[in-house]
Amino acid sequence: MSATEASARLTELEHDALTELVNLGVSNAALGLREMVQEEVLLSVPNVSVVTREDAVTILRQGSASRLVAVHQRFEGAINGRALLIFPEAQSLELVRAVVGSELSLEDIMELEQEALAETGNILLNACLGTIANSLQRNLKISLPEVVHGDGRDLFSLAPQPWSSNGVLFIYINFAFEFRNVRGYLAMLLDLPSLVALKELLAEYILRVGGTSPSSSHA
Amino acid sequence: MTLKVLIVDDSKLARMAIIKALDSVHPELAWLEASDADTALAVLQKDGADIALLDFNMPGKDGLALAAEMRKLVPQIRVAVISANRQAEVVARARATGASFLPKPVTAQALGEFLDDALAQRGTP
Repeated sequence: MSATEASARLTELEHDALTELVNLGVSNAALGLREMVQEEVLLSVPNVSVVTREDAVTILRQGSASRLVAVHQRFEGAINGRALLIFPEAQSLELVRAVVGSELSLEDIMELEQEALAETGNILLNACLGTIANSLQRNLKISLPEVVHGDGRDLFSLAPQPWSSNGVLFIYINFAFEFRNVRGYLAMLLDLPSLVALKELLAEYILRVGGTSPSSSHA
Repeated sequence: MTLKVLIVDDSKLARMAIIKALDSVHPELAWLEASDADTALAVLQKDGADIALLDFNMPGKDGLALAAEMRKLVPQIRVAVISANRQAEVVARARATGASFLPKPVTAQALGEFLDDALAQRGTP
């Protein structure tokens, strides 16, 4: 393990704080999506882990179709990385139909597909990243959304690659619509230098939010 | 007798934040904490509690299921379900069980209002 990797290792409480931040961010994103589709968006408990790129691809492959579509946006600032909204390609049109309305013809929906995906991703990813940035009291510059098709390996090999080493922070959370066959993931990838910066921001956040009283009972 | 608040959240930081808010608005209340539903039920049986603050989205049993089991053990317990997930359906499900809903991150003001109400109903302002 390099010195950078060692200094990037999160403590249990920092890991916990990051999971809570992702939970806050994705919950805000889900609230926006719920307004767009007018039905409940079901969320899993977030999973936050530092893995290799290969492991991230494997995780994504489990329980998921091989052909995927993703809306991705890069973010830059105190931390740099990439956020992706990912779901099976076969469900892409159903997601678009949920967002733009069922009354449109298939031709219209296909014509709107790229634009609707990009806009949906833009709203969700901005809600998620914005919440995290605000909670950390830092500003993040977020790129325009891009829609990409491919398998997990393609999605995690987009240029420019946001990581210089093989270790990446991989955050994912499942979401599903209550009444439609649409389910997907939100994922975030950070490089190691950003993980070191994030660790410092999380320590500040823990002090701000939790104070200094980690005792276990007061009864 | 000092009233007890049982705080259940799988996130230690979330529990710390709630305790910080609780101490700022009602420092006279005692608190207990648990990181999952099974531990919470064991604490409730062993030590008892008058008020429960339950995270909605936990691994295993969620906050709503836990609230229902707590009521079987202590019917008069006052419960607030806490979640960052503020979708109308989640809030409605919490309220349908008789629980209050507090959005995450929990503010001292929102927690204070819930506790004031809970204490007033018990006749313990």
